Amino acid sequence: MNEKNENQKKKEFKISRRDFLKKGLMAGVGVALTGSGIVSAFDAFAQGGEKIKVLGPDGNVMSVDKSHLKEIGLKTEEEMQESGREGIDGKRFVMVIDLSKCRNARKCMSACQHAHQLKPEQHHINVLRMDRAGDTSPFFMPKPCQHCENPSCTKVCPVDATFKRKDGIVLIDNERCIGCRFCIAACPYSARIFNWADPKDKEKYEDVEYNIELNVPQKKGTVSKCVFSANRLREGKLPYCASACPNGVYWFGDANEDAVTNGTTKETVSFSNLLKNNAAYTLLPELGTKPSVYYLPEKDRLFPFEYKGQSDMEDNSHSV
Amino acid sequence: MPEIKNKDTKKSLSTIVTDLTRPLKNHYGLTPWMFFLLSVMGVGIASYIYQLQNGLAVTSMRDYVSWGLYISSFIFFIATALVGMLISAVLGLIGIKWITPIARIAEMIALGFVMWAGLIIIFDMGRPDRILNIFLHGRLQSPIVWDLTVVTTYVAISMLLYLLPLIPDMPFLKRVMSDQPKWKQTIYKLLSFGFVGRPEQYKLIKKLTRILAILIIPVALAIHTVTSWLFAMTPRIGWDSTIFGPYYVTGAFVAGGAAVVIAMFAFSVDFRLKKYITEYHFDKMGKLLVLLMLVYLYFNINEFMVPGYKMKAGEDHHILTLFTGAYAKMFWWVQLGGLIIPIILLLFKRMRKPIPSLIIAIAIIIGAFFKRFIITIPTLMHPHLPIQNVPAEFHTYWPSGVEWAVTMMAVSGAILIITILAKLFPVMPIWEIAHEEGISNEEINEFIENGDINDEEKTS
Repeated sequence: MNEKNENQKKKEFKISRRDFLKKGLMAGVGVALTGSGIVSAFDAFAQGGEKIKVLGPDGNVMSVDKSHLKEIGLKTEEEMQESGREGIDGKRFVMVIDLSKCRNARKCMSACQHAHQLKPEQHHINVLRMDRAGDTSPFFMPKPCQHCENPSCTKVCPVDATFKRKDGIVLIDNERCIGCRFCIAACPYSARIFNWADPKDKEKYEDVEYNIELNVPQKKGTVSKCVFSANRLREGKLPYCASACPNGVYWFGDANEDAVTNGTTKETVSFSNLLKNNAAYTLLPELGTKPSVYYLPEKDRLFPFEYKGQSDMEDNSHSV
Repeated sequence: MPEIKNKDTKKSLSTIVTDLTRPLKNHYGLTPWMFFLLSVMGVGIASYIYQLQNGLAVTSMRDYVSWGLYISSFIFFIATALVGMLISAVLGLIGIKWITPIARIAEMIALGFVMWAGLIIIFDMGRPDRILNIFLHGRLQSPIVWDLTVVTTYVAISMLLYLLPLIPDMPFLKRVMSDQPKWKQTIYKLLSFGFVGRPEQYKLIKKLTRILAILIIPVALAIHTVTSWLFAMTPRIGWDSTIFGPYYVTGAFVAGGAAVVIAMFAFSVDFRLKKYITEYHFDKMGKLLVLLMLVYLYFNINEFMVPGYKMKAGEDHHILTLFTGAYAKMFWWVQLGGLIIPIILLLFKRMRKPIPSLIIAIAIIIGAFFKRFIITIPTLMHPHLPIQNVPAEFHTYWPSGVEWAVTMMAVSGAILIITILAKLFPVMPIWEIAHEEGISNEEINEFIENGDINDEEKTS
């Protein structure tokens, strides 16, 4: 217990020290220095009353006192990059999508687009209309990035702009992306999109610092993708899509903890049992990408498949 | 069957020098030609600036078909550039004599196209301003970094392989071109690197050329193999193939061989070099093309017959699109018009004469370009999961005006490089032609000292 406390303090100290160094006041502070007195002393340096703009949880720009930001330890773009590239210690994030629940409400899509500054045709998550063989009923299938364990996309990136973190999330750094679109070509799930023109509301986001875990602001000429709402995970919240779903489609959690939480009902269950009891599968397993997104089969649906007034896939399989 | 013979008349050194340097002085028709090339490039530059300002949205590429004409042209250019290695290195090293008058032409094509291939990649980039990231944050694991490495190496070696055999021609040029502008003479002087025709200098040049010719073979194989890996390293239907490396290399030889035939015809007519690029050479190139196309056809059969027989779910849709669907016209042009029919035609001696050769080579090169197009686009159009909830334009692809303009700039740019080289330096190695005519080094030196050069009269 005591040791744990000590570690936590060290961590806090590390964050404060970075700020301290930046202010140019460093004067030979020993590496072994710990203790709450020193931490709070460093905190005092940051109390400038200075306001800076940040992105709120719903993607809106807000003004916050600088000292408040300190608590999370993310202040500059550089620091966001550093922690964003590293990931969250000890976690392995997974998503389970229950296809028997999806009724094409598309609240996931709109919440995602709102949070990530996306245009209507840009999808980090896309609800697809799927048809297996013709003799079973078609169904709706939300498709985010699969955050593969063996991703085809990060392998081919020439500049390490897209990468896999230790917590399993595949991120894209649109401050570094050169726009070669090799990752788009490589992704078998078509999970990636490109900013062919200026992003939505470009002016509004002009002064906002780039948050790699939110992947906002979007930038012209760079690739964008689902990030499992990495910024929300850091706060212990569920991803935007999971929280927005009214039908209980999404389970999200940590495979190391073996627990996933439903975005709608907030019920927490055993991840492995959920997979086992429901014959869960992954998409295109034959490609060996090992996705972190699992699907539960579209069984026992008590509602009809209906899209634009049609109950089959006849004409709408490739329409808008 | 009577063989088409190479030698008809013996040429004197003075005739050779006069014939090969005439195009360097007589610039009839050059101005409109350059004007044409530069205006095409001007339109391309304007289009590219427009693209820089408005983003890649001005192309027809969208989230699903995210690579288009630019990448197709890139592979096509790399393919065409590969011929320099085949003709001057492979055939040269195994001692084939008839390549002497066309080896330099092949090198020029290689240089022109490989340089612009590098540029096309930049045109395709969403953020060309961040190109330095490749050096700052380069990942050795990425095929793009491999490609960059081998393309630049190939440019360097090709350039040396072009310049080195040029050295012994410089004394001729210094003498013959004394009436030409000063800057040209400076170039000739610089590029002679102190060559005065001593036997050991000839020996050194031959030795170095040989070393470079050996070096360029693995590099050239690498450049096109790695280019094929840009596709084959992804788990996409139609690209996920293990034979893509050799498949691309053999395809490249076909495209490059056809380009050489076209260039041979252009130079033999426009530069009045029919005495040097004879029917014999067209005949030989025709036969070579048949061989290259047969190998390529074999790979095509493997690439399409094997999945076409199995019709695995997912692949079936891709195969049918090519065989009978939206890209069937291009596909069958490639297979029939670009391969099978040319193979059959070129089996006949009459079809290996200059004009039929030219027409067949044009058909082959159009097929080669289509081939690159249908390698790139149909695969992207058929991802594993359906394309939905996007505007209609995301479902189709045909290059936009900007893409055509920028691509035509690249084509013109490559031809411009070839034109400039052909107008500055002889398109054939004077010294090697002289050696082949049995003219000794002493005679050459004697000629350079006080040879008699009478223009025009002697040649006609």
